[in-house]
Amino acid sequence: MQDFTQAFVLAFELVFSGDADLIEIIVLSLRVSLTAMVVACVLGLPLGAILAITRFPGRGPALVVLNALMGLPPVVVGLIVYLHLSRAGPMGSFGLLYTPTAMIIAQVILIMPIIAALSRQVLEDLNNEYAEQFRSLSVPRHAAIQALIWDARFSLMTVALAGFGRAIAEVGAVIIVGGNIDHLTRVMTTAIALETSKGDLPLALALGLVLLTIAFAVNAAVMSLRLTTGRYANV
Amino acid sequence: MSEPGRSSLLPLHTKGLTLDYDGARYINAIDLTLQTEKLTVVMGPNGAGKSLLLRLLHGLIPPTMGQVCWNNIPMSDAIRQRQAMVFQRPVLLRRSVAANIDFVLGIKGEAKRDRRDEILDNVGLLDFARQPARSLSVGEQQRLALARALATEPEVLFLDEPTASLDPASVLAIEQIVTRAHQNGTRIIFVTHELGQARRLADEVVFLHRGQLTEHSSASTFFNDPTSEAAKAYLEGRILL
Repeated sequence: MQDFTQAFVLAFELVFSGDADLIEIIVLSLRVSLTAMVVACVLGLPLGAILAITRFPGRGPALVVLNALMGLPPVVVGLIVYLHLSRAGPMGSFGLLYTPTAMIIAQVILIMPIIAALSRQVLEDLNNEYAEQFRSLSVPRHAAIQALIWDARFSLMTVALAGFGRAIAEVGAVIIVGGNIDHLTRVMTTAIALETSKGDLPLALALGLVLLTIAFAVNAAVMSLRLTTGRYANV
Repeated sequence: MSEPGRSSLLPLHTKGLTLDYDGARYINAIDLTLQTEKLTVVMGPNGAGKSLLLRLLHGLIPPTMGQVCWNNIPMSDAIRQRQAMVFQRPVLLRRSVAANIDFVLGIKGEAKRDRRDEILDNVGLLDFARQPARSLSVGEQQRLALARALATEPEVLFLDEPTASLDPASVLAIEQIVTRAHQNGTRIIFVTHELGQARRLADEVVFLHRGQLTEHSSASTFFNDPTSEAAKAYLEGRILL
C-alpha cells in the first residue's frame, strides 16, 4: 500500500516538476508508437479493405493467417527484427539496430495485422450494406474502397486506437531491438521494466501511472472527436 | 435517354430466365420482352420473385439458366452502367445529402455544384443539402436515393418497391419524380404490390406468381380482363398460395 502512495506522490512530482528525463521518455514513447500506428494504418487499412471487398482463391486461409497474426508474441517479433537488423542480418548495413526506427519497425509488424484484421471486419460489414448499391451504380473498385474507408472512419479510429494501445503498452519487442538505451531508445515500458528489475518499485509504478494517464487521455480525445463528428455524420 | 450515336438498350428480351438457390427454384424459365417508351409495373404477391427478377434484369445476380439481352446484346457491365436501380430500403452513404449526389457525379467526372443543386432541387431536397443523409425521414431518404440514381442519367431505371411503408405524401412525391423521369425518356421498370399505385403508373403490367410469369399485358387489360387465375385472384384480394 505504501508503494502505491509513494508511487502517486512520485508520479505527481515527476509530472509537475517537468522532469526532463521523464518528458524525454514520454515524448519518445509517443513518437515511436504514434509513428508505428500511422505506418500500420497506411499499410493495414487498404489491406483490410481489399480483403473485405475482394474474393479470390485462398482468401479464407489468408484471413485465418491474418487473424492469427493478431496474437504475434512481441518477443518473437523483436527477435526476428533483431536478426534482420543486426550486423550479420540482411538489413544490417542500414545500422538501424538500437534506434527508435528499429522500435517503430517492430511495432508496425506487431500492430499492422491487428489494424488490417479489425478493419477488414468493419469494412466487410459496411460493404455488405453498400455492395449491391455500388454494383448498381458501377462504382470502380478504388472508389468503392475510398468510400468504404471514409464512411467507416469513426469505427476505423477505434481500430487505430486498438493498434496504438497495443504499441504503447508493448515491451518485449522494443527492449530487444531498442536496447533500452538511456536518452536514445528508453520508452515508458522499458523504463518500467528496468526500474522494476532494479527494485525501484515506486518509480516503476509512477511511470506506470503516467503511461495509464497518457493512454486514457488519447482514448478520451479520440472518443470526444468521434462523438462530435459522429453527430454530424449521423452514424 | 439514349445518347445520340449510341443504340438504345431496348427492347429487352429474356429467354428461359431461371434462378435456383440452395436447390429451390425462385425464378422459373421466364420469357419476357419489354419494348421502348412504356412504364412497366411488375406485380405479384410476396415471394413471387419480383425483386429477384429486377436484379436479374439489372445484372446484379447471374441467372442459373437463360439469358438477359438488351437490344440483342447479352447483359454486361457496360450495359449496367447505362441503368440504375433504387432499392426498397434506401442505401445512403454516411455523409451529407449533397455528398451523396457528389459521389455519383464524381464517378461520372461531372462533380459540379450547379449540377448537384439542380438535381436536389428537382426532388425538393436542396434545403437539406448540408444535412446528414441518414437523418432525413424515410420518404426523404428514398427521394435522395432516387435523385442519386437519376443523377447517373440512366436509360433504364429499376425501382424495387420504393414506396413501401411510406406515407401518402411521400408516395405521391416519389410517383411524381418517377413520372417526370419517364416523360423525359427514362425507361421505368417499377415493382409494387399496391394496386392503386399500379393503376396510377402502369402502361403495362408484368405479373409473377411463384417465380413464373403468368401475365404480361397492357394495364387496362390486366385490371379489366386478366387472363390468368393467379392475377384474377390477386386483383380480387384473395389469398394466393
